[in-house]
This record gives sequence, C-alpha cells and structure tokens, in this order.
Amino acid sequence: MDVIAAQLVNGVSYGMLLFVITCGLSLVFGILGVLNLAHGSLYMIGAYVAYTMTSQWFENFWLALIVAPLVVAVLSLAIELILLRPTYHLGHLSQVLLTFGLAYVIHDVTSMIWGSDVLSIPLPPPLSETLHLWNQDFPAYRLFVVAAGVVLAFCLWFVQEKTRWGAIIRAGLSDKEMINALGVNIKLVFTAVFLAGGYLAGVGGVIASPILGLYPSMEFQTLILALVVLVVGGLGSIAGTFVASLVVGIVETFGRFLVPELSLFLVFGLMVVILICKPDGLLGKQVVRH
Amino acid sequence: MNKRMFISAAAILLLAAAPFLFSLFYLNLLAEILILAIFALSLNVLVGYTGLVSLGHAAFFGIGAYASALLSKEWSPQFLVTMLASLLIAAIAAAIIGLFCVRVNGFYFLMLTLAFSQMIYSFVHQSTTLTGGSNGLSGLPSPVFGTLDLSHPVFLYYVILLVFIVMYIVLSLMVKSPFGHVLIGIRENEMRMKAIGYNTTLYKYAAFIIAGAIGGVSGALYSTFNGFVSPNDVYWTMSGSVLIMVLIGGAGTMIGPVLGAAFIVVLETIVSSYTTMWTLIIGGVFILFVVFIPQGIVGFGRALTKPSANRLSFSRKAKALVKKEANQ
Repeated sequence: MDVIAAQLVNGVSYGMLLFVITCGLSLVFGILGVLNLAHGSLYMIGAYVAYTMTSQWFENFWLALIVAPLVVAVLSLAIELILLRPTYHLGHLSQVLLTFGLAYVIHDVTSMIWGSDVLSIPLPPPLSETLHLWNQDFPAYRLFVVAAGVVLAFCLWFVQEKTRWGAIIRAGLSDKEMINALGVNIKLVFTAVFLAGGYLAGVGGVIASPILGLYPSMEFQTLILALVVLVVGGLGSIAGTFVASLVVGIVETFGRFLVPELSLFLVFGLMVVILICKPDGLLGKQVVRH
Repeated sequence: MNKRMFISAAAILLLAAAPFLFSLFYLNLLAEILILAIFALSLNVLVGYTGLVSLGHAAFFGIGAYASALLSKEWSPQFLVTMLASLLIAAIAAAIIGLFCVRVNGFYFLMLTLAFSQMIYSFVHQSTTLTGGSNGLSGLPSPVFGTLDLSHPVFLYYVILLVFIVMYIVLSLMVKSPFGHVLIGIRENEMRMKAIGYNTTLYKYAAFIIAGAIGGVSGALYSTFNGFVSPNDVYWTMSGSVLIMVLIGGAGTMIGPVLGAAFIVVLETIVSSYTTMWTLIIGGVFILFVVFIPQGIVGFGRALTKPSANRLSFSRKAKALVKKEANQ
C-alpha cells in the first residue's frame, strides 16, 4: 500500500512536470494554430541557461528559475517577430515546418555552446531533503513540482477565465477574424501568446532539469511526451492538458514501476485508445480539421 | 511527351554508365542518393499526393532495414528474399500503424506518426538481444542474387539502380492511375471527395501502406548497402531528413523527391568536410526553402524555364503586347 502511495506521488509530480512543459505548447497551438515543434528546443535552452547560471554565474537555483525563462521568452519573441510573423500568409503547415527547421538549428547551437555531455543541476538546498509523510519518505523537490504545477494551472485558469486578456485569448481561439474585426490587434495577441509559450517552456526546462537532467536530444524526448499529453488532453484546453498530464504522468510512472520495458508503450497505447474513443481528447473541443 | 521520354532515357543511360565514369567514392554517393530517393519517393505518396504530412516515416525505413539485416544474418542473404520480406514486414507494420494514423488529419496525423516512430525507435534501442540496442547490427553478410555474389560495389550499384527504376515506374503509374487521382483529390479537398462518394479513409489507408512498404524497401537497401544498421536509421532525425528532402525537392512531383535527396546528400558530403554542424546547416537551408522557395527545386525550376507560368513574365508579356499595339 505504501509503495503504491509513493508511486502515486511520483506519478502526480511527474504529471505536473509534464503539465508545466506542455501548457505553453498547448497555449500556442490553441491560439496561433501553429504546432511549435521547437517547443522542446525552447525547453532545452531554458534548462541549459539555468545550468550555466547555477554552475558558473551565481549558485542560486531560485534566481535561475526567474531569469532563465525570461531569456527563453526574449528568444521566442525574436523567433515570433523574425520567423513567424512574416510567414503567416504561408499557412500553418509551413510554419510548423519552420519551427521544425528551427529545432534542427537549435539542436546544433546548444551542443556547440554546452557540448554533448550529460549535465545535471543539483537540487536547490531547502528542497534536497526528504519529507516524512504517512510513514513514507518523499523527496521535497517532487512535492515542490506538484505545488508549482497546481499554482501554474491556477494562474493560467485565472488569466484565461477572469481577465480581459484571457477573454481576448478565448475569443481568438474561437474566431480570429471576428476578434480582429472587433478592433483587437490579433498579431499582437499572437506575439504575446508565443512569448508566454516560450516563457512557460523555459520554466518547464528549469523545473525539470534537476529531475530529468540535461543531455543532447533531450528536447525531442520531451517534445514527444508533450505531444502525447496534447493529444490526450485535447486541443486548446488548459483543463484538458492538466488532466492529461496527470493521467500520462501516473500511467508512465506506474508503467515504469510494474513493467519497465513497456512503460513507453503504455503511454502511447493510452494515446491510441484515447484517439479511438475520443478523437478530440479528454476535454478538448471539436478538432479544427486541417 | 517525346521530350520527356528522351530525358528519362538519357537519365537512365547516364546512371547505368556511372560505374564507368565515376570513381568508387562517387559511385557509392550515387547509390546512397538512389536509396534515399526511393525513401523520399515513398514519403511523397503521403506528403505530396495525399496531403498527409508524416513526421515518422523513418519507422518503416528502420523496420525494412532491421528486417533485412536480421533476415540476411539469421536466415538467408538472398537479395530477392530479404527485399520482398522487408517489403512485406514494412507493409504489415504500416497496416497496423496506419489503422490509427489515418483516422486523424493535419497536425494530429503528424503527431501520431512521430509518436509511433519514436515507439519503434525506443523498442529498437532497448531490445538488445534482437536488434543489438544502441550498437545496432553490424557485419551483415554480403547479399547474393541467385549464385551471383553482390559484394562488389558495382554489382550492388546496378541492383540498387534497378530497384530504383522499378519503384519510380511503379509510383509514376500509380500517381497517374485513377487511384492516384483520388489521392490528389483528397489532398485538394477531402470533404468534396467524401461528398462524391469516395471512402477517403480507405484510400488514405492504402496510400499509407504503399508508402510504408516502399519505405521498407529503401531501408532494406540501405542496410544491405552499408552492411550495418543502427538505431539512428529509425530516429526522428531520419524522418525529418526525408521530409526535408521531399519538401526541398518539390512535394507532389515525381522528380522532386529524387532531386531533394540528391541535393541533401551532396550538400551533406560537401559540408561534412568543413564542419560537424550538419544539423544546423540542414535546418537553416530548410528554413530558407520554406520561406523563399516553398514549391521546392522543381517548382523553382519550372518558374524559371516556363516564364508564362509566373506573374512577373506575365507582366512582361503584357508590356510587350502594349508595345506592339502602340507600334501599330
């Protein structure tokens, strides 16, 4: 029983990690209609920048958690302005291919800067302890990840549902032309959302790095898990992404615990089942047919 | 039409004469181009003709490569046997994966194909007993054709060339057949094809299986040609590279993917003697193509050689007409 509880906590924390990573992707996909295949790359840059900050500049994880995502956000602002904004007329598919080309470029640039060794960020001091709860030892950092995921989910929900910006974003999600006609600068919204998506990718990178480590090709492993979450949760729904992250996290963790060789297959199998039973995802809206 | 036949005949003759014209290095380069061209052509059935952008086509390339490697190692190095078996195995895999993938469209298709290919990659990577894990399989026996030993590069080249020509002709015929026209119809407007009464899902499924099977053949050729397979052949970079080949060459044309494969292989050979940053170069080149030459090399060439097709020359023509009228 205790073992199951421990695995459950691990699963939930892993799920929240997935949520932090995926929510930016989901947001960008929902509003811009562009599946950002460079999202994993932005995540990776966040992790590597945090690594440089904690190991060379200042040894403070929390400062890195604030600064590194901002660096990624500035980078994604540049990407939006230089690469995506002039190419909206090419259509979504071409833009997805652009982000794919970008993922290639970033892959080499990061390995040029940080090398191809496996790196890791030590756990920040107050959270490197273990907490003793219900006769079980829990790594405090995992509980922090859970808290971070819940707080982030709440913030996203609050912004989307309760603020003017959120209203614009929701309106943009359902009808871009109309919101444009109503006098909202939709291009500005796109830029802001892409910036936010990059910021969230950076946050995900920093939070995940003490657990998952840093290595070349980490971006695509992450991207693929994020895509699974996106498909399971459904398009453009933060709530769907949240639920899907939890489900995928728990399935993956229990899978790794019970049948180590098959854990990845379980996750993909889950995705396949969802796609067959509910093609629009757990909580997704009607998929916009291409 | 005659001109086109003449060009094809000349191209085939030139390719057939290649062993007498080029050194072994260039011959091997040409063989690699032909193999990857088959791979790109198979993906083109999906991307170019059916309008389904797959980011996991390396799955079938890898399945073909590993199937051929395992069969030649464990069973028989007979070229025809390993080829046909790889084709069959890749087709079966495509039939299973396609069952899920063709149910969805657009980005969902892209994501699903990517997910499935990563699934196969992780299997290949983890299963050390069957596939050799991250080391792959090496020391494959050289292929034999009947009693003829194909270990000589020139023989192998001719076999590859033969497979390439057969695949090119088969796919050309398929594209021009009513079946191919239905696929193009799906690319242009699936809803309308459905309304006419076509079971578009079935057609997409068939296209998926054909693409997978031919992708398997190219993978089998690749492992036979190299004498080894590694998990890299199944990795997303391979799927990405072949998609880039198709799009840079010109999706939806027959010659485009071949030119794209040649372009990428030649570029890689040139670049790799200067720098290891190959991924950076290919990514950058790809971005430039998507932004500036979205129709690919073929579309670009057509715009240059047939000036009546583009707007610029139209205005030039109009100007000439105006001048003519002014003179009269």
